[in-house]
Amino acid sequence: MLEVKNIYKTFFPGTINEKRALTGLSLHLKPGDFVTVIGGNGAGKSTLLNSISGVLRVDKGQIIIDGTDVTKMPEHQRAKYIGRVFQDPMMGTAAGMMIEENLAIASRRGQTPGLRWSQREEDDARFVKLLKELDLGLEDRLTARVGLLSGGQRQALTLLMASLKTPKLLLLDEHTAALDPKTAEKVLDLTQKIVSRDHLTTLMITHNMRDALRFGNRLIMMHEGRILVDVEGEKKKTLKIPDLLQMFEQAAGNELDSDSLLLS
Amino acid sequence: MIDLLVPTVAQGLLWAIMALGVYITFRVLDIADLTVEGTFPLGAATAAAVIAKGGSLITAFVLAAIAGCLAGVVTGVLHTKLKIPALLAGILTMIGLYSVNLRIMGKANLSMLGMDTAFTYMKNLTGFSNSVTVLCVGAISCILISVVIYWFFGTEIGCAIRATGFNQQMIRAQGVNTNITIVLGLLISNMLVGIAGALVAQNNGFADVGMGVGTIVIGLASVIIGEVLFGTRSFKNSLISVCLGSVVYRIVIAVVLQMGMPPNDLKLFTAILVAIALSLPLIQNQFKGRKAAK
Repeated sequence: MLEVKNIYKTFFPGTINEKRALTGLSLHLKPGDFVTVIGGNGAGKSTLLNSISGVLRVDKGQIIIDGTDVTKMPEHQRAKYIGRVFQDPMMGTAAGMMIEENLAIASRRGQTPGLRWSQREEDDARFVKLLKELDLGLEDRLTARVGLLSGGQRQALTLLMASLKTPKLLLLDEHTAALDPKTAEKVLDLTQKIVSRDHLTTLMITHNMRDALRFGNRLIMMHEGRILVDVEGEKKKTLKIPDLLQMFEQAAGNELDSDSLLLS
Repeated sequence: MIDLLVPTVAQGLLWAIMALGVYITFRVLDIADLTVEGTFPLGAATAAAVIAKGGSLITAFVLAAIAGCLAGVVTGVLHTKLKIPALLAGILTMIGLYSVNLRIMGKANLSMLGMDTAFTYMKNLTGFSNSVTVLCVGAISCILISVVIYWFFGTEIGCAIRATGFNQQMIRAQGVNTNITIVLGLLISNMLVGIAGALVAQNNGFADVGMGVGTIVIGLASVIIGEVLFGTRSFKNSLISVCLGSVVYRIVIAVVLQMGMPPNDLKLFTAILVAIALSLPLIQNQFKGRKAAK
């Protein structure tokens, strides 16, 4: 479903701030793969996601989504294939617009907008049903402005929007990092529910090792712009945090120094 | 005082169309677009030139609208494609338009006295007095344009433009090219301002190359006064607020002039009014914060 071939990305090349974020990374995702991505700060996780979504253009390499080469496609054209949830709960929705307006826009993701009225009555019942599944009481607030919702509610709504028109690929960029633990848990459960319901091919960055082990059928660990550890299936299921740390040390040849990775 | 009310409200309604244009950039797109300072006289100059040459009223309005659209597109392309900050892009177009307007009119001031304008046409049709005619033309154009704007911003494209103003990242992730929505927003805004310029010039009986000075501030004043007094509950509510805001602004101006303020101080008065209105949310917050601290 997703084929990333040997991509490179360097920020500020040739300057004192030069930062090689991706150094020949390759990754292949089968349809239905739910991959969790971990790695310390600066490992290139977000750069990888941003390269796939088109926010960044890679310097070298190729990105193919479901047989289509998207390497040179601008961000808005790739949106046809990709559903996204961002770390910042404010990023995924238009705060000044109503819940139903946001949903209506998301229901047409990747289509060229036309002169038809955006709000359609036939959508309402579907929106209400999906909002009910979130179990946040949003189904009664279709005409409320999204800016009035809490961070968790907005993140749940963004998740719903990302999956409203089934994407080929779902990209989750630490989408629970800005939420309190209880809300984060709820949004993660919801993520699991939606991913398994629609069999979505998913790439989820997380700072939390436990979540990385708990969710998905495959786990990759990044370091200095490359994938160091890649485990899937049965092997991943039996994996514990100490195993993960050991695997990292073996692969990287040095001690794991990122505190954020150890906090779980 | 009462015989002053009708022409004042009429003025407010004519200028409301310009204020709606400013609303689209300032509130919907979240850009302060200075192009309007050039687009307003551009619409006036275009209409005056057509009318002075004996062209039809429809041609005058259509060309004024198209000229406005083009000005908006220039600013939009400067901003989105050439990455010039929106404020500067607007200033560049505005300055350029000064020369364009002089070329269109051939001189600094073009009179339409004694010629057929939208207002003389309406007056002959209805037989109303001068000020009531202006009131009618203003009200009809205001309602017509507000309805069209309301419809357009409810369509898929319109919603995409509104979402662009709130969150560009979000709407790009939904597959919309934000460069196009920004240019479209600027186009529509400047089209309205061009039409407003054409109307105001016909009402004044002349187009003047300097008549655009302060347009943006008058537009902002109308938007903010309207929002504060009449609310922003929904998009429809906001459109009505802006139109009424423009009327209230004219009434305020008429009142202070009646009270003896020299007309030359008008622009300073408006600037201070807008500065206060723009800082109002901050002042309110600090006031609230102090209250809460107690």
